[in-house]
Amino acid sequence: MKIDYRLVEEAAKELYLRALKVLPPDVKEGFARLAAQETTPIAQRVLATMIKNISVAEDTDNLLCQDTGVPIYNVSIGTNVDIDGIALKRAIRDGCARATVEHPLRSSIVHPLTRKNDQTSCGVEVPVIHVDWSETPDTLEIEMIPKGSGSENNSFLKMAIPAEGVDAIRTFVVDCVLAAGGKTCPPTIVGVGIGGTSDLCVALAKRAATRALGTHCSDPEGTKLETELSAAVNALGVGPQGLGGDSTAFAVHVELAATHITMNPVAVNMQCHSARRARATFTPSGVAYGF
Amino acid sequence: MAHFDLTPPISEAHVRALKINDTATLQSTLFGLRDATQIHLFDRGRRTRFDLRGHAVIHTAPNVKPVEKSAAHPAGYAPICVGTTTSDRMERFTRPLMTQYGVRIIIGKGGLREDSLAAFRELGGVYLAIIGGTAALETTWIEQIEDVDLDDLNPESLWKFRVCGFGPLLVAMDSHGGSLYDVVRNDAQARRAQVLQSLGVKPE
Repeated sequence: MKIDYRLVEEAAKELYLRALKVLPPDVKEGFARLAAQETTPIAQRVLATMIKNISVAEDTDNLLCQDTGVPIYNVSIGTNVDIDGIALKRAIRDGCARATVEHPLRSSIVHPLTRKNDQTSCGVEVPVIHVDWSETPDTLEIEMIPKGSGSENNSFLKMAIPAEGVDAIRTFVVDCVLAAGGKTCPPTIVGVGIGGTSDLCVALAKRAATRALGTHCSDPEGTKLETELSAAVNALGVGPQGLGGDSTAFAVHVELAATHITMNPVAVNMQCHSARRARATFTPSGVAYGF
Repeated sequence: MAHFDLTPPISEAHVRALKINDTATLQSTLFGLRDATQIHLFDRGRRTRFDLRGHAVIHTAPNVKPVEKSAAHPAGYAPICVGTTTSDRMERFTRPLMTQYGVRIIIGKGGLREDSLAAFRELGGVYLAIIGGTAALETTWIEQIEDVDLDDLNPESLWKFRVCGFGPLLVAMDSHGGSLYDVVRNDAQARRAQVLQSLGVKPE
């Protein structure tokens, strides 16, 4: 399959705008589930306002949240796809900048030392572009995630040791949720990375935090931990916006990787309640948009 | 739990009437600022021409569209999406906002800490919680961007919004030492041991 990079650029632009405006159905269902279970009056009001905002954004064709986030594009290349990686990255970057200038969007990206904003949502290494491969033939998938900073600022890594066991992981996750309080815009998706190296562990946490609600860790031990930690963090009572209640997290998601015999790393990355993502799928019959 | 309709500038006595769990809706004028705005105001010696005495500020950096100046858009900006950012990063600016500029109301999300609470108590101020991440709704309460200062910091300029029915907002920190965030944080911390026990974690 040949790739038309003008279409990739167009999709990169379209994906950023779609992600900012329409929440995926699994997140909407997550809200409905929390609202039905919530017992605290303040939290019920907060959740109702969040749910109302989702429909106001759709009705007024506006952004769900003012934070346009750090633009992240996850590319998955199937078999039999003829790809020029440099052209692909350039097209994504150009599409991201066009969304920012043409809509216009707030460019939230600055140089880390000078704090200079180029007003394009682009900078050194941003948009973040991850490339991976899949076994699906004749398919190119691009997932776009505008990662909000309120939740991203609450990212944690602990290089625990083997003697501390899984208890160190459980304790760390609970303590991260406590430390984050209302700053992450709860209810959140708490992403937990376990194992790997320090950098892989943090990347796994991000992958977990941005995974669709209702999906589970492919490892049964990871799934078990997801279930017990989801119940645990919601028993803390932090609640939506840190104002108290049962709805602290939609879920705890776990992703894991093998690690070294001397290591026991755990990372936490959080996704705020505006759990935004959009997806474009390129096949020989054209481009299809979804979540 | 009372509801207040506030049209700033408001007096110290007025702000001290607000208690945690009350609600408030703001009318007329609201100023927007955030990290860079306050770094420049308080760390780099810059000043604003705006009179903030008795006024409300919100922790924000909006999405705006540059347009021709007109009666509808006197600052040359149309609001696209105006939301709220996490307040905690701006904790150390609460006191100088109040002592140097006379601000009485801070609107934000996620809450502020001990020194802000002390400043509210000593000087007469409140923190009103808005629901973070609900910017589409919040934007419908913004009538106009009336003026802008320190605009080289765009989008972290000092914005002057004209608002109508901005709220309801929750009084989450008051001038009597009350903070809903402290209550929730202390309760959550108190539950920690029990939660860890439910996970089978051996006590430290």
